[in-house]
Amino acid sequence: MWVYEKKLQYPVKVSTCNPQLAKFLVEQYGGADGELAAALRYLNQRYTIPDKVVGLLNDIGTEEFAHLEMIAAMVYKLTKDATPEQLKQAGLADHYVNHGEALFYSNAAEVPFTATYIQAKGDPIADLYEDIAAEEKARATYQWIIDMSDDVDLNDSLRFLREREIVHSLRFREAVEILKEERDRKKVF
Amino acid sequence: MAKNQVYTKSYHPYHSLNDPCPDPGEKHYSTPPHLYMGFQPEKLPQFTPKEALQKGTLWPALYDPYEKNQKLKG
Repeated sequence: MWVYEKKLQYPVKVSTCNPQLAKFLVEQYGGADGELAAALRYLNQRYTIPDKVVGLLNDIGTEEFAHLEMIAAMVYKLTKDATPEQLKQAGLADHYVNHGEALFYSNAAEVPFTATYIQAKGDPIADLYEDIAAEEKARATYQWIIDMSDDVDLNDSLRFLREREIVHSLRFREAVEILKEERDRKKVF
Repeated sequence: MAKNQVYTKSYHPYHSLNDPCPDPGEKHYSTPPHLYMGFQPEKLPQFTPKEALQKGTLWPALYDPYEKNQKLKG
């Protein structure tokens, strides 16, 4: 079970009226390398991974939902006051005719989320290598969204999220080392 | 050494005299600190809790802020 804290992991502030940024941000909401994919991937893989690293997948998977919530807050703030005409100009007409003002799990090109974005291979090393790749791809996606955005406050939150990808990647790499049983091996000959 | 000299690498893609657009020069890509760490050593220096919450990591050794258009500017 989970305990919910009614606050965001990091503050989300949007300083420019630019609904087009919402279109870019949904890549991290319902895209292949987005936060939803990450959360579902790790929290599912954790059942069939060795005991030593179950807790890591549990903790990181949980944090990904906190990131998903931050992205949702950003998208909502950027679109909630926009007129249908402004949404059209921002390239969100396709979204509007299907979802109105609601958020939805799709990527920046409006392709809906699919479970085929994630995998559970049941082989601990294969699964952890996928997780490392997922973190690096999410890190890169944050870089490219920052490049597209002139909103300094939004970019501040995105920089925080990118830094978390770096930390998560290292933890998954350490998990691989633990499973290789290199961690505590005596290196004295 | 400056931060982005360590965590950004660059290369210069071939640019032909016949290419229609100006040569943008060096392309930069991120190689963040965790790639070099292996297993994180014990007792590394820490940010204060307040700084860590702001930066997204407790560890200065893992801190790698990305600037807009770092790909172009390095």
